[in-house]
Formats: sequence, C-alpha cells, structure tokens
Amino acid sequence: MSRVLIVARNTFREAVRDRVLYNLLFFALLMIASAVIVGQISMAIETVVMISLGLSAISLIGLLIAVFTGVGLVSKEIDKRTLHAVLARPLRRWEFLLGKFAGLAVTLAVNTAAMTAGLFAALWLVKHSLERGDAVVLAAAYFILLKLMLVVALAMLFSCFTSPLLAILFTGGLYLAGLFVSELRSLQVTTLTPQMQKFFAVLSYVLPNFGNYDVMGAAAHGRKIAGMLILHNTLYTILYCAIVLGIAAMIFSRKDLK
Amino acid sequence: MPVPAIETENLSKEYPHGFLHLKKKTSLEGLTMQVKEGEVFGLLGPNGAGKSTTIKLLMGIIFPTAGSARMLGKLVSDVAMHRDIGYLPEQPYFYDYLTATEVLDYFAQFHGYSAAERRERVQKMLRKVGLETAGKIQLRKYSKGMLQRVGLAQAILHDPNLVILDEPMSGLDPVGRREVRDIILELKKAGKTILFSTHILPDAEMLCDRVGVIAGGKLRGVGAPGAIVGVQATGMEIAFELPEGVAMAEQIQGKAEKTGAAYRIGVSESELYRTLEELQAAGARIVSVTQIKPTLEDFFMELVGKDRAQASAVEVSAQ
Repeated sequence: MSRVLIVARNTFREAVRDRVLYNLLFFALLMIASAVIVGQISMAIETVVMISLGLSAISLIGLLIAVFTGVGLVSKEIDKRTLHAVLARPLRRWEFLLGKFAGLAVTLAVNTAAMTAGLFAALWLVKHSLERGDAVVLAAAYFILLKLMLVVALAMLFSCFTSPLLAILFTGGLYLAGLFVSELRSLQVTTLTPQMQKFFAVLSYVLPNFGNYDVMGAAAHGRKIAGMLILHNTLYTILYCAIVLGIAAMIFSRKDLK
Repeated sequence: MPVPAIETENLSKEYPHGFLHLKKKTSLEGLTMQVKEGEVFGLLGPNGAGKSTTIKLLMGIIFPTAGSARMLGKLVSDVAMHRDIGYLPEQPYFYDYLTATEVLDYFAQFHGYSAAERRERVQKMLRKVGLETAGKIQLRKYSKGMLQRVGLAQAILHDPNLVILDEPMSGLDPVGRREVRDIILELKKAGKTILFSTHILPDAEMLCDRVGVIAGGKLRGVGAPGAIVGVQATGMEIAFELPEGVAMAEQIQGKAEKTGAAYRIGVSESELYRTLEELQAAGARIVSVTQIKPTLEDFFMELVGKDRAQASAVEVSAQ
C-alpha cells in the first residue's frame, strides 16, 4: 500500500508543478465578478444564481481536469517512457495505476475544496452572512467530487487500451450518456421488441449513473439532501470505481509498453 | 551449481502489425542464453537486432510470445526481485518537472529507505555520476548526456546485485563514456552482475567477460569478446613522418596516404618488418604501428552476408 502512496504523492506533485491548480485563479475571478454583477441584479435570487453558477463552474472545471489529466495519467507515462524506470522498481502495475488514480483524486479533492471555499466566500460577499442551510452546498460539492472520481477512473480505463484522443471521446461520450440513465430506465417504448427493452434495461444499470450526482437545483434552493442519498452515492462511486479500475488494471498488467 | 543471474529459454517476441494486426513481425526468436553471476555480459548487435527487446522482456516492460526468462532464480514476472535489480532504459526519460535529487529520492522510496538514508544515497549517487552541482535543477533543463547520468544513478541507487543497462554510453561525451566504463568496472569489482547492450565493439571488448551477438532477432553466438567476433588482425598500419627534403622510396610511395604531417601505410603482418626496415633506411621516423582489426560494421556485414534471409530480417526490424 505504501508504494501506492509513493506514486500518489508524486502524481499530486506533478499536478501542482504542471500548474493544474492555476484554474483556481480563474474560478476566483469568476466568483468575484459574479458576486459584483449578481449583487446589482436582484436581491431575491442572488443566492440561487451564485450557488448555481458556482457549482456549475466547480463541476465544469473539475470535469475538464478529470478527463484531460485522467487520460494523460497513464498514456503520457507510456508515450514519454517515464514508466520504464518506475516499473523497474518493486512495484506492480496495478499499484502504479491505483497510485495515479489516488494522486489525481487528491488533486481534484483539493481543487474542489478550494473552489467550494471560494463559493462560500462569494456567498458571504453577496449576503454578508452564511446560514445553516448553505451547508447543502457542501453536499453538492461532495457529489461533484464523487462524480469526478468516477470520470477519472473511466478516463484511465480507456487510456489503457486506446489512444488519448479516443479515450477523451469515449470518456466524454460515456459521461453524457450517464447523465440520462434515469431516462433510459423509465423508457417505455412500445415499439421496441422485448429483447431491446431488456437490453436498454441492462444498459441503464451498466452505464455510470451521473444523474445521481446532480443536486445543484436542490442546493441552490436550499432544499435538504437526504443522508441516504449521500451514503448511496458514496458506495456507488466506490463500487463503480473499483470495478472500472479493476478492469483497467487487468488490461494494463498485460499491456506491452513502447 | 550456482543459479545463473539471467537465464532465458526459447524467449521470443512477435509484434502484430498491419491491418487488423493480422501480420506478425518477429523481434526476437528463440533466445536461449545464460549470464553467470558476477560477470559482465555484453549484448551486441546492430540497431534493431533485438537487444532492447530482450532487455524489455527481462524487465517486464513487454511480454514474451513464447519462452521464459528468469533473473536471480525467479521468473521475470515476479516484480519483488526488482529490489535487487537496477535498470537503465535506452534513452532514459524521467519526470521533467522534478530535479535530479527529487527523481532519485522518488525512486529510492520504493526500496524502503528512511528519509535520512535516501538523502545520503541520493547525494552519493549524484557525486558518482558527476551531477552533484546540478542536483537542484529540473530535468527539463538537462542535456541528453546529463539524463543518461541520472539514468545510471537511478539504476545503481539501491545497490542492486544485477544491473541491466540498455545502451549506457548513448548520448555521452568521451569523458562521460569513460566515467560510465569506470562505474561498470567498479560494479564488477564489487561482484555485481552486469548485462549491457551496445553496438559499439570497443566498449564490449574493454568491459565484457562474455558477449552475446544478436542479429535479426536471433542469437548468433556467445563467448569471450575476442573469440566471438573473431578479432584477428587483418593487417598492420604504420604511421610515419618524413623529414623535410627526404624522398619516399618508390615502392612505398604508391601505398602511403598522407594525413596531416604523417603518412600511413597498411601492410600484412609478414611484410611488417621488411617495410619498417625500408622506412628507416629512407630516413622516416616511425610514429606508431597498429594492428588493423575488423570493425563492428565489418563484423556485422560479414555476419549478415552469410545469411541473406537473416539480412532482410535485420532490415525489417531496423526500420
């Protein structure tokens, strides 16, 4: 396990040195500008707008990092052949893969936490106070982080057996498909054959359900998020990531490197 | 009977290529060889012969299509033995956002050293490869030769018993090459086993107890460097200078070539002493007498020429 941590620490260091966290500056500027503009529009909906805008930005920035950095985590190491000297250590390939995942997960956690703190700062600027109900924003940010973990796992899986460009496309495509899993489950098209209906039903359970993580509306309007949903999403993410990373490790462990 | 440091049996590697990967290109075919404990073994061959493929198979970077390989008595799939193996990849690449000190410290962590031990080892290695003043510079600012030195440092960082070096002299200036040779000899003196690949014959002759020659993905022979390459002198070269005003003897004039102030003449061994006498009689000053040995290029051309089919395999794999 310690070897996984060694790789994870270095992956985090790489992200910091590659200036991945510079996006925080962009986010801070966005929040400051939004706070100033929203404050001049309407006192009634300023909180809703700020939270929606903030969470959307956290999600979008996080997604970009998760997809692009996630795909590069392994493919870059293979292309640049930096892996050769690393794998000459007493390190199993799955440990390397898990370490890479953990490193980027920590990077995304730090990034999300910093942006969430920025969102709270912007809310305070607008409202001049923070309420207990605003804590729901924390749950929404946590869900975004869970979603990003899943995206990273998928990006790593695809990058293990295809080119970086295709891996980005596959990850992006699967993310979009995963947003509509609930619709797929409730799809009742009578024109479909029973086999097709069964296929879509199975597909809806195989696809990652990214719709589960979307609680931005509830957060913006201060509605409570059920504890069960938090538990469900946490367990779902852990299980799904474990399966995806397990498949990735199997592929990666048999892969001929350049 | 002692366990060989490296043992391969019928080790083969094919790469799929072409549309739908239906065609196969053979990079290594039925390699069976042994490297004894404590010896320096050179893997010789032209570019694309299968040297790097062999080393990558040993290090688990690629997987064999057939056959097996063992290092230090264990199958190469057992990565735990990497504790006792050092590896320098060909044209090594490291994380360029790290400094040499950081990258060595990173690698040392996998071997379970404490922070204090790591600091000490990293500094020792940097001194050994002549990078003590460049340890705090990010690797993206390093030259190819400096990266090669970092590569060597990380390969021997954990004091391994078996060191595998893929083209260790590549990218180094003469001073660097000399230093690498010294390090290899030092490792040999310490009883380590060294396998290194090269296409530079003098390196192999100077350092190796035995060499294995690979061409076209096949092992063509194993033995002591002189024996395997058959380095018999094909003639002698005499370098000499003529004082001003002295005319060259007629029989020599046609054969001699002028390089700078000196003349060079190639003769057979049987003609050597007679030619030297003639030169001395003509007032020439003998600068040097050297054996003419076949170059590696000659050797490989001969090797490849013996087997036309093999020659085409060499060309394919070199592309």
